[in-house]
Amino acid sequence: MKYDVVVIGGGPAGLAAACKAYEEGAGSILILERDKELGGILNQCIHNGFGLHYFKEELTGPEYAGRFIELLKKTSVEVKLDTMVLAIEPGRIVHCVNPKDGYMMIEAGSIVLAMGCRERTRGAISIPGERPAGVFTAGTAQRYVNMEGYMVGKRVVILGSGDIGLIMARRMTLEGAKVLACVELMPFSGGLNRNIVQCLQDYNIPLYLSHTVTDIKGHDRIEQIVVSRVDENRRPIPGTEMVFDCDTLLLSVGLLPENELTRAAGITLDPRTRGAVVYENMETSMPGVFACGNVVHVHDLVDYVTAESQKAGAAAAHFVQNGQESESGRVLELKNGDRVNYTVPQKLRLSRMDKSVGIFFRVSNIFRNVEIQVTDGETVLCRFPREHVAPGEMENITLPRVLAEKAKGSTLTVQIVDKG
Amino acid sequence: MKELICIKCPKGCHLHVDDENGYAVTGNSCERGAEYGKKELTNPTRVLTSTVKVTGSLHRRVSVKSLGELPRGLLEEAVRLLDPIELTAPVHIGDVVIANILNTGIDIVATANRPALS
Repeated sequence: MKYDVVVIGGGPAGLAAACKAYEEGAGSILILERDKELGGILNQCIHNGFGLHYFKEELTGPEYAGRFIELLKKTSVEVKLDTMVLAIEPGRIVHCVNPKDGYMMIEAGSIVLAMGCRERTRGAISIPGERPAGVFTAGTAQRYVNMEGYMVGKRVVILGSGDIGLIMARRMTLEGAKVLACVELMPFSGGLNRNIVQCLQDYNIPLYLSHTVTDIKGHDRIEQIVVSRVDENRRPIPGTEMVFDCDTLLLSVGLLPENELTRAAGITLDPRTRGAVVYENMETSMPGVFACGNVVHVHDLVDYVTAESQKAGAAAAHFVQNGQESESGRVLELKNGDRVNYTVPQKLRLSRMDKSVGIFFRVSNIFRNVEIQVTDGETVLCRFPREHVAPGEMENITLPRVLAEKAKGSTLTVQIVDKG
Repeated sequence: MKELICIKCPKGCHLHVDDENGYAVTGNSCERGAEYGKKELTNPTRVLTSTVKVTGSLHRRVSVKSLGELPRGLLEEAVRLLDPIELTAPVHIGDVVIANILNTGIDIVATANRPALS
């Protein structure tokens, strides 16, 4: 089996990449999806607020996915559902398996990695206590409630104030559960402001910042959760314990890009994002293999996933059409400076850059009246003022090529500086 | 002067609403924000999203939304009206599930496709 472009993952990233690769003239395109339907995590995100940037209207998750699935139907892109990719071999051979076709080895002209991310679990954050039933990641609970039709509990505590946790606080409340508290380790929420307002404040659900779960009690099912305040080093303060009588704990404690395939293929990963290191066109360290969406870095808006994935899809099509271009010219490495946690892309090949490149990153804390600066170490090449930046809101700037070309040396640093 | 966080889009602008001078809004970056600031203090409304039962499909639920904003105080009552609803696949995005819910003039519609199992 042989395809021009093989896209791994049929969520929002994979859908946008495949549609764009088709538009750009790639001949044969195949999406490999392990679920029984396309759409990925959007299928269970039934709340609204998707698509304001891309479609200029407010859609729910399934509607947003539906738009791209309809688009895809008008193309010649092929889809294999219920299909698990097992490995990517050098030479871009994709090994995968499904119950209908059995074991397949697919030769790919180029590959787009769009596997998304997974939730961190109780084990990942080492919550002490007993091990009763009733501990769910928020996304698992979301799947149960919104798609499978099972209610997961009646009295609920939520640990972590990421968006999925906030959305589930409202969802559980509307379905008749009592949400007792949302508990956040950090002194600020990792979720979008709008979700704090319309998911917590609307339903009088208290948000405990600088608090964490320090004990889970219960034999068969959770009976009590103990919550303690933490000090500035995030260590629980003895004597501050609050006890909640509840049967369910939902965890919304972060997402991790799912890169087992990427790692096994020997593609360079960035320890900051836990995703592949990518160039300006979303190409990874393995020529002809591109990556986009939450498998590269965790986004908070699907609209940005779409834009990033279209870039990857177009580049994947061009790779097939033009072959591997010889590397010449300067490569600039992007570094995170003061108050910036990471940047995507991590590397810019000046000769391959369009007129400009979008740079995405997250800041390390909440700051007001600041300036985002891109500097080569000596000179500040460009400045972008911001009234308000927060770790929960991914920042992006557009770096013009003419300015990037002015950089001395081979490093650009993105940093946040107080204004004035 | 009241401080609000705009929920019209994920940007989350920090609004200042002058509730003593005709609810004039500052801090917004688009017209929708000005509208929201005024409405949030006079008549807050929200889009309702939930699910209803569906049979004959891969999944047991299908997602729905209000095709417009409902008064915030009516959300709980509206969601209870969805409890007894049972649809049969196929269901298509946009199918009306409840017309004119609670006499608001707003329909509840399906937001996902549920093809019939063959």
